[in-house]
Amino acid sequence: MKNFAQLFTNLDQTTKTTLKVESLVDYFSIASDQDKMWAIAILSHRRPKRSVKVSLLREWAAELAEIPEWLFDESYNSVGDTAETIALVLPLATETNDLQLHEWIEQLMALYDKEEVEKKLFVLSAWSQMSYAERFVFNKLITGGFRVGVSQKLMMKALAKFTNQEENAIAHRLMGDWTPQSTTYEQLILSENILDDISRPYPFYLAYALETEVDKLGGPSEWQVERKWDGIRGQIIIRSGNIFVWSRGEELVTDKFPEYKVLVDLVPDGTVLDGEILPYKDGIPLSFNKLQTRIGRKNVTKKILEEVPVILMVYDILEYNNVDIREQALYYRRDILETMISEIEENSIIQISEKIDFSEWKTVADERDLSRQYVSEGLMLKRLDSPYRIGRKKGDWWKWKLDPLTIDAVMLYAQKGSGRRAGLYTDYTFAVWDGDNLVPFAKAYSGLKDVEFREITRWVNKHTKEKFGPVRSVVPELVFEIAFEGINASTRHKSGVALRFPRMLRWRKDKKVEEANTLVDLLQMLEQYG
Amino acid sequence: MALLQFTNKGIWCEQADVYIDPWRPVDRALITHGHSDHSRYGSKRYLCTEIAAPAIKYRLGKINLQTTRYGEVTNINGVDFSFHPAGHIIGSAQIRVAYKGEVWVASGDYKTEDDGLSTAFEPVKCNTFITECTFGLPIYKWKNQKEIFSDINNWWKRNKETGKVSFISAYSLGKAQRVLQGLDNEIGRIYTHTAVENINQVIRSQGVSLQETIQISKDTNKKDLIGNIVIAPPAAIGSNWSKKMTPQSVGVASGWMAIRGARRRRAVDRGFVLSDHADWDGLNRAIEATGATRVICTHGFTDVFAKWLREKGLDARTEYTEFEGETNEVISEEKVTGS
Repeated sequence: MKNFAQLFTNLDQTTKTTLKVESLVDYFSIASDQDKMWAIAILSHRRPKRSVKVSLLREWAAELAEIPEWLFDESYNSVGDTAETIALVLPLATETNDLQLHEWIEQLMALYDKEEVEKKLFVLSAWSQMSYAERFVFNKLITGGFRVGVSQKLMMKALAKFTNQEENAIAHRLMGDWTPQSTTYEQLILSENILDDISRPYPFYLAYALETEVDKLGGPSEWQVERKWDGIRGQIIIRSGNIFVWSRGEELVTDKFPEYKVLVDLVPDGTVLDGEILPYKDGIPLSFNKLQTRIGRKNVTKKILEEVPVILMVYDILEYNNVDIREQALYYRRDILETMISEIEENSIIQISEKIDFSEWKTVADERDLSRQYVSEGLMLKRLDSPYRIGRKKGDWWKWKLDPLTIDAVMLYAQKGSGRRAGLYTDYTFAVWDGDNLVPFAKAYSGLKDVEFREITRWVNKHTKEKFGPVRSVVPELVFEIAFEGINASTRHKSGVALRFPRMLRWRKDKKVEEANTLVDLLQMLEQYG
Repeated sequence: MALLQFTNKGIWCEQADVYIDPWRPVDRALITHGHSDHSRYGSKRYLCTEIAAPAIKYRLGKINLQTTRYGEVTNINGVDFSFHPAGHIIGSAQIRVAYKGEVWVASGDYKTEDDGLSTAFEPVKCNTFITECTFGLPIYKWKNQKEIFSDINNWWKRNKETGKVSFISAYSLGKAQRVLQGLDNEIGRIYTHTAVENINQVIRSQGVSLQETIQISKDTNKKDLIGNIVIAPPAAIGSNWSKKMTPQSVGVASGWMAIRGARRRRAVDRGFVLSDHADWDGLNRAIEATGATRVICTHGFTDVFAKWLREKGLDARTEYTEFEGETNEVISEEKVTGS
């Protein structure tokens, strides 16, 4: 644990990637194999099941620090992170402890179905043997959300360097639903024949948002253009008579989409497809909201299958006849894909994402303007001779999204952010005019620069009307332009609408509060785009 | 009538008609220390400790200033005023106000750890204690400065090994000198920004010996800075002035650095938790040592801290002032003072 805590301290003390990779390599070279496995698991968001409730941790920490719980909560509001708040308020440790990371985790996991008294005893004794950094790490193991400025990618880079392997190979090995209990470091990282695991997906290739004018991309003939569908990115693996569905979050979601089972018979064995899990009914895509409701359900009922059926809108093929063809050019892969899909009967569960016909960029721009009509988010531009790359890479694939919808709204409430934004008011509730009243309709917490958040925080401090716990109601005076991707009717919101991905586009210092938009404007948008 | 009252000008003693650390011009001002939120320009007469005086004079220019020694009593219209060490910065004081058996102490800013430079904090018995609570949350607990200085020196050493200039951000008056005294000059040379050096000169000329420093000027060869350390005020870090001196590593010495969010937001390379204000335990111990039954919280986490004191059985409340404490980098627009 000491080494892992030291790793955390080192990672936390630098903003430079090279130094972070160095610290990780150092850690891998001294850690035991079991510890390495857990470190890899934690840094790729595979934390052990939570064995102690966070509310209990807070309660016990307050007790040990001899402070009332309200004071712990106030402290939390300034820190923005439970694990860190606990580590800070606890009195200094009286003992030390040399247990390894994996031993701590095993003990934590063993705690899962124990009585509360036993859990408390264990946690209190653990805290009393740990330094600040150890406590922080230990708390994080329980609370989850282990963000230490190390992306999964950076960890893989370090692991590749440490094991002298290709980064791609490491990325591939780390995909899937392994756990440190189900496999060993030897098996996962060092062993040969990784293709044995037939469920293992390829890393997704992710596109960046278009940064330049579209005509700067070069000749139109070098590009393939498709619609950007508003579903969930999915990878469908058909190997040895089985189907596996992976979502972009590297989650195995096969059971959530029983509709896809028939693909085992429709698609030749030894195929891996990349496409959109798209809610689709009567020949048109449904809104993303519907899909979200479906995913949220624990059981996929008959009713939900009827209400929100999905298709696979397929756009790429990564493996064909059990051969990895990601290095082949897009046009080559597309040929194979088109032939394969053409042999499947039409109107079925699988459809190909059509290419848009064009010979000049102007046509592409016009097609983009039609995106809402197709219930799509915009366009995808893909270079015809591009391989299927790993992760987010610039240059070959671009997403060219539709401009968002916007509305000018008034800030009503402000709340402090967490993590990097602790101490700053960054989460706001916005309202539009309904006659003389302001009706709240959306919350947003991104889109502004740190300097602006600082300025607004100073403003909030001076213009607070009331405090409700961490939330402050403020004088309705500031106007912001809110951008959002979609609008739907909602019975859960007072305003009657729910926005998709609302964020602050800019602070309209030039606008007076009376000039903000109205509920009527919002409802008109609902009618037009909802 | 309370012995001290909070008005829109400052903390007022009606009986003596004097103000403590007024934020508007008054006839007679008693000043705890030279930071700009406690000593402001425009009053007719000032009184402070003789150790604090040079810096106050330097900052406020031509003022009518009288000085006093720690513990010495000045009687004004029957009220006894005396200054006692606050341990915040060099010459900083708590002001004791006694009249007809009632004693109040206005403590300005204070810290309980002896930094070796400021005269160490002394608790003063009183009935009513006016306290800051800049770091009045139980998440703020300082390590002793020896440990922090060793962290700073190790960081400097590592920067030297990798061929970098170390920049450490510290307020010109107080923190800068404290950091300076903690640096290990065996590692390399210590450079200063003009704002810091000006204050260093003021403090040296009152007979306090500080480590040797070199002021950075237009003629300073940027290459000479490699491997050495520069002490500069917060606003100078990341400005055009410092950007040219590369490659660099930036450290910030401030109590706010205790929180990861604050460190990450500043995007500094290293945060060192070093403050000239009392931490949670310091505040609690200091208040207890005064024996005061009434406590008035003036700046910092006032609402929260007063509530905490009330739950412990004290008669505690908050009062509005224009004191800022350790300027919170989280939201403040930084300013270079003293330049």
